[in-house]
Amino acid sequence: MSSSPRPVFPFSAIVAQDEMKLAMISSAVDPAIGGVLVFGDRGTGKSTAVRALAALLPPMHAVIGCRYACDPAALDALCPECQTRAETETLKHRLVPVPVVDMPLGVTEDRVVGALDLERALSQGVKAFEPGLLARANRGFLYIDEVNLLEDHLVDLLIDVAASGENVVEREGLSVRHPARFVLIGSGNPEEGELRPQLLDRFGLSVEVKTPMELQQRMEVIKRRDEFERDKGAFIAKWKKQDDALRRKIIAGRRRLREIKMPDSVLERATKLCMHLGTDGLRAELTLIRAARAIGSYEHADEVDLSHLRRVAAPALRHRLRRDPLDESGSSVRVERAIQEVWGA
Amino acid sequence: MSAEGDAALVVSLFAVDPAGVGGVCLRSPVQPARDQWLQFLRESLPPGTPVRKLPFNIPDGRLLGGLDLVATLKANRPIAERGVLADANGGVVILTMAERLTAQTAGRLNAVIDSGEILMPREGVTISNPARIGIVALDEGIGPDEAVPVSLLDRFAFLVDLGGFNMRSELIPEYEVEDVVAARALLPRVAIDDDMLQAICATAISLGAGSPRVSLLAMRVACAAAALDGRTQVSEADAVIAGRLVLAPRATIAPQPRDSAEPPPPSPEPPPDQAPEPPAEPPPPDPGESEQPDKPDKPLEIDVQTLADMVLTATEAAIPAGLLARLRSAAHERAARPSAAGRTGAFRSAGARGRPSGISAGAPKGSARLNVIETLRAAAPWQGLRGRAGSGEARVRVSPEDFRVTRYKQRAQTLTIFAVDASGSSALNRLAEAKGAVELLLADCYVRRDQVAVIGFRGKSAEVLLPPTRSLVRAKRSLAGLPGGGGTPLAAAIDSAVALADLARRRGDTPTIVMLTDGRANVARDGSPGRERAHANALQAARGLGVSGVASLFVDTSPRPSELAKAIAAGMRAEYIALPFANARSLSAMVRASTARR
Repeated sequence: MSSSPRPVFPFSAIVAQDEMKLAMISSAVDPAIGGVLVFGDRGTGKSTAVRALAALLPPMHAVIGCRYACDPAALDALCPECQTRAETETLKHRLVPVPVVDMPLGVTEDRVVGALDLERALSQGVKAFEPGLLARANRGFLYIDEVNLLEDHLVDLLIDVAASGENVVEREGLSVRHPARFVLIGSGNPEEGELRPQLLDRFGLSVEVKTPMELQQRMEVIKRRDEFERDKGAFIAKWKKQDDALRRKIIAGRRRLREIKMPDSVLERATKLCMHLGTDGLRAELTLIRAARAIGSYEHADEVDLSHLRRVAAPALRHRLRRDPLDESGSSVRVERAIQEVWGA
Repeated sequence: MSAEGDAALVVSLFAVDPAGVGGVCLRSPVQPARDQWLQFLRESLPPGTPVRKLPFNIPDGRLLGGLDLVATLKANRPIAERGVLADANGGVVILTMAERLTAQTAGRLNAVIDSGEILMPREGVTISNPARIGIVALDEGIGPDEAVPVSLLDRFAFLVDLGGFNMRSELIPEYEVEDVVAARALLPRVAIDDDMLQAICATAISLGAGSPRVSLLAMRVACAAAALDGRTQVSEADAVIAGRLVLAPRATIAPQPRDSAEPPPPSPEPPPDQAPEPPAEPPPPDPGESEQPDKPDKPLEIDVQTLADMVLTATEAAIPAGLLARLRSAAHERAARPSAAGRTGAFRSAGARGRPSGISAGAPKGSARLNVIETLRAAAPWQGLRGRAGSGEARVRVSPEDFRVTRYKQRAQTLTIFAVDASGSSALNRLAEAKGAVELLLADCYVRRDQVAVIGFRGKSAEVLLPPTRSLVRAKRSLAGLPGGGGTPLAAAIDSAVALADLARRRGDTPTIVMLTDGRANVARDGSPGRERAHANALQAARGLGVSGVASLFVDTSPRPSELAKAIAAGMRAEYIALPFANARSLSAMVRASTARR
């Protein structure tokens, strides 16, 4: 299911919504940013963009036969099975697509964390662990549509695993722990309920999408969608060139991540902004800097500059502001205002 | 076109492309017209089209599919069971009592509508079934508080209200099932040119009618209309139909009077007359090609702007009268409109969800679902006694007494009802501060995952500004849109708070009422002015609340604590707190305390 051959709408064919696209690209360039939360109006292509992103991701190396798709290069992050194997043999690996796993609303908890392998339990009476969605999402993306409608006990579970990068299963007589490092992507409509602050914090970036009210844009959205649905293959072929170019740019951006310079002046600006906004902890600052670096790398800059920082400031910070119920202005406005005050630009 | 004709036209259009146009929300009480509508739908669908009924409280296992217990135990390997949605693939699902649908179930339906398939792991099996369906939601809701979840409506092309129909109303069908079958064959070749698309989009934008998804649905409806009429090119009449049936019922912005004074467009003849025009050109030979706007000359030579105006005018004319009045009058219309989505948080459905809180023996009946693992575990010790069937064959013998079901515990939801006095006297005093305090409380409720509701009262009556919701955004918006001024209908406010609290209690939630007022009632229950009677009424209402046993908190917003307010608070058996001496933190603590005491 993770990489089903189901044809998806090409990423490059998504009209407007630049902030959302930028946020997704930066989290593809540097997964350490920690995922994207897309909140906004209905019917604005939130899920479309996430699914499209999956098709853009360059494949990764994974240990053959590993149920958690361990990275052969990261020996310290191997799952227990691979660790045992690594002691006696060299791990063989191959290229696999990056998993983008959907977590649908109706999913049962046992399928999320993993559970007893029913088939083997029933037919052979063997107690074996069958990995769940979290295992499949390891090293990839976990997507939750309508994340604000997710049942509380699943939210708790996610909050825990997203922070530790490890899934610990203690149930049905099983005791299993395996790596579950994934980029969390969520989407939803704030009118249907909000997210717990703890879960909000697990998302690196948050973007707000609005219904396009511009006529030409709206027409373009509908025309492309209709064209896609009438003949998916032809539409995807039409946009393949652009998607391929985007993919190459993401790969180049990843390579550049290690080389790009981060001047002290930019770091200082980031710190000042976070202090001014009173965001809790270092997480906000780290995310801000990482996202700026990812954008800089993606755009092939020699060093990160203020323009990069500025573009990611709102997505990196707006969901980390303390709620100030007496301030009517939205959090985007507050970030914008802080930028004016602190940077004077 | 008449309402009866339109209601029938919706059936035909929906039957042409059920999955494409998403669905129909049929708002109507149980009445002959509704039965007739449904009957006509069944007749309009090509023979063999699956039609499935879906009760609003359907468990996930039946909706999406799950583990087929009987077959599984029989075969000794997991066997998946198809859900109702998969059974209805290629056909129509009828959702009964859709106004009771929870946001959670709606979310699942949305995912299936969007992807046209069910693909998820459940209960140890992976379910993968195509499910291209159209949905008919039967909405028996009364008033704006009871409505189908907005996220689902956003995926439906049609919102039909049969409220105005009576015993003698008859549908006026124009098309028969043969037309539908022919239209289905024609539909893949129907093209829409840019001008028509622009007319539809412009109309949607200028009326604030729905998301881009709705515009897309309107376009599909226009295509279906063309197909139904035997054409492969969307005409202006089709666009008008789409505007009338899809966009008009969703208008959120009152039509602006445009500078072109005469509404009838300078087209030679009214749109409907053009419909019968035979296909001017043979259908394009290559239907598969992406339809670039390279279509040859259109039949009509009118410029785009005129066309857009025409569709807009026709759509505006079709905006239901009641809706139009609301749009024009309501000042806080923006805040009030989304109230249909009011019920958002998790609903209680006994025993079927929440945190698992243990296992008990019992048969999987009703909402209790079998816990297969625990059942197997229960069966395990008996295997020796029961004897293994065959020699080499490994199988587990499970008998009914081994059945285990999971019990769930659901936290009782708390609903905090804020009744905010926005009368003139209050506005003068400290409406702004009261609002601030409420917002702090809201933030607090939000952290506790409580639901909140807001009642505003001023002038002659009290109004539920926000039905119970968990959305802080909407609560804040509804408060911000609350104007000040007018009398203090305290009695009405208490009554309406009690009514809301009652509703919550019947749902199994725990309500708390927070009253923010200066207690100077001057409008009686019946809306007439007069301090004396108003106070007597208010006191009476307050005592009613006191007797009902709903926890309440009375926040006196007047500059000096007043005896009147204290009397009312005493009648309500409420905690009394004077705002001048209270800051928002202590308020919040008191709300929490009064909630915890329950």
